[in-house]
Amino acid sequence: MATTMVKEVGSEPAQLLGPESASERTLYPYVTGTSVVALKYKDGILMAADMGASYGSTLRYKSVERMKSIGKHSLLGASGEISDFQEILHYLDELILYDNMWDDGNSLGPKEVHSYLTRVMYNRRNKFNPLWNSLVLGGVKNGQKYLGMVSMIGVNFEDNHVATGFGNHLARPILRDEWHENLSFEDGVKLLEKCMRVLLYRDRSAVNKLQIAKITEEGVTISQPYALKTFWGFSAFQNPTVGAEGSW
Amino acid sequence: MFRNQYDTDVTTWSPAGRLFQVEYAMEAVKQGSAAIGLRSKTHVVLACVNKANSELSSHQKKIFKVDDHIGVAIAGLTADGRVLSRYMRSECINYSFTYESPLPVGRLVVQLADKAQVCTQRSWKRPYGVGLLVAGLDESGAHLYYNCPSGNYFEYQAFAIGSRSQAAKTYLERRFANFADSSRDDLIKDALIAVRETLQGETLKSSICTVAVVGVGEAFHVLDQDTVQQLIDAFEIVGEPEGPAAEPEPEPEPDAAAEEGTTADQGAAPDQGVAPMDI
Repeated sequence: MATTMVKEVGSEPAQLLGPESASERTLYPYVTGTSVVALKYKDGILMAADMGASYGSTLRYKSVERMKSIGKHSLLGASGEISDFQEILHYLDELILYDNMWDDGNSLGPKEVHSYLTRVMYNRRNKFNPLWNSLVLGGVKNGQKYLGMVSMIGVNFEDNHVATGFGNHLARPILRDEWHENLSFEDGVKLLEKCMRVLLYRDRSAVNKLQIAKITEEGVTISQPYALKTFWGFSAFQNPTVGAEGSW
Repeated sequence: MFRNQYDTDVTTWSPAGRLFQVEYAMEAVKQGSAAIGLRSKTHVVLACVNKANSELSSHQKKIFKVDDHIGVAIAGLTADGRVLSRYMRSECINYSFTYESPLPVGRLVVQLADKAQVCTQRSWKRPYGVGLLVAGLDESGAHLYYNCPSGNYFEYQAFAIGSRSQAAKTYLERRFANFADSSRDDLIKDALIAVRETLQGETLKSSICTVAVVGVGEAFHVLDQDTVQQLIDAFEIVGEPEGPAAEPEPEPEPDAAAEEGTTADQGAAPDQGVAPMDI
């Protein structure tokens, strides 16, 4: 891909930063996932992400699960570098393992996991070696719903609906208009699908194969992959060159 | 306990399977002034006897706030207690920073116990000479733990440590069944009465005892002297005889009998026909 570029451009900042070798710091993402969209509904959190992972402009992988359950109470969705997402899952595995090993009835809830991830992302950013992800962390514990986001530079916040990447620009305006407290499951899914459809039409790295995940007090369910129905029969798309002779 | 050839260092077992240095450390706890803890479903109260060496000096600090939801009362080598409190505060604040959530009491107590255990298995260390009553609140409710120099820890409904703690324990044993549903004020009253038990007839006043509370919606804090004195005055039905009394209090409260069972007191045992009462 861009391997020839790496050596020239990459070595400058690394030399300025110290004796460590240039190749060890994250400079660009390679295999990336696109938007994740999530919202709070009556019983918990609904989250949607497509199953695509792009290699630059190539839609290379089409069965990548970008949402995973964490412990008993949380659900993590990620966009950005897929290998860094896998690294984060590894850290969280260890975190949850140690939490379970206490075997004392206490367990890390979504707020704690979100805070932990914020610390990790921010610390990596401070070392100029970021995990190139935007993370969405949702969950329910003791009846309390929680939905938060962490960016690759450690910016974190909580909200009733969140989205990463293009989702911020295309999905959130829809959510700001149409989200309300106590959405039913069906309404929540419809709202998410509306957002995902817009993303599918307008985000070039979106693929038409998505999963919707739900987390409630009972646990996590991630749906089987499915495709959204799209419509391309707009009259403006018929004879598109009619007003511009010579174009195609 | 008498001196013997197996008690020189902590890493020597006796033939009977005892570590004498650890047991001696536990003796140090028994020599310290009393500390008492009790809990209900929603609150935990710590109280301790705070005697100053002389009128000129201030008294030892024996209750430490560890976090908003955890506090500790110590008995024994207070210097060791201070160091362990600092460790506990450090652990709590690090957990809070990473997880934005309070450290569950049970986990802090295990970490503390593991730290104490290390000192029982290194030839270049000595066990901590302090017992800690850890009071705290977390998701699973109100908790009271006792951490021992041996590295053991136990959860209690109510407990007392330090000198003359047996008197307090006897009182608490009779009353603990009611503690779970006690109100906050009744719990504090019981704590003060338990402290009074350890005083062996001396007047209970707020200048010689310290009380701290933690509860649902109430961060751990030490009650100020005036509040404590008011609480004491509220339940002292009859005024105390002046000075260290030669007889147990004449109040109708059942704890009068408890004093009889303690170590040799001022020869007041057989008087007034006070018989052990059932409560």
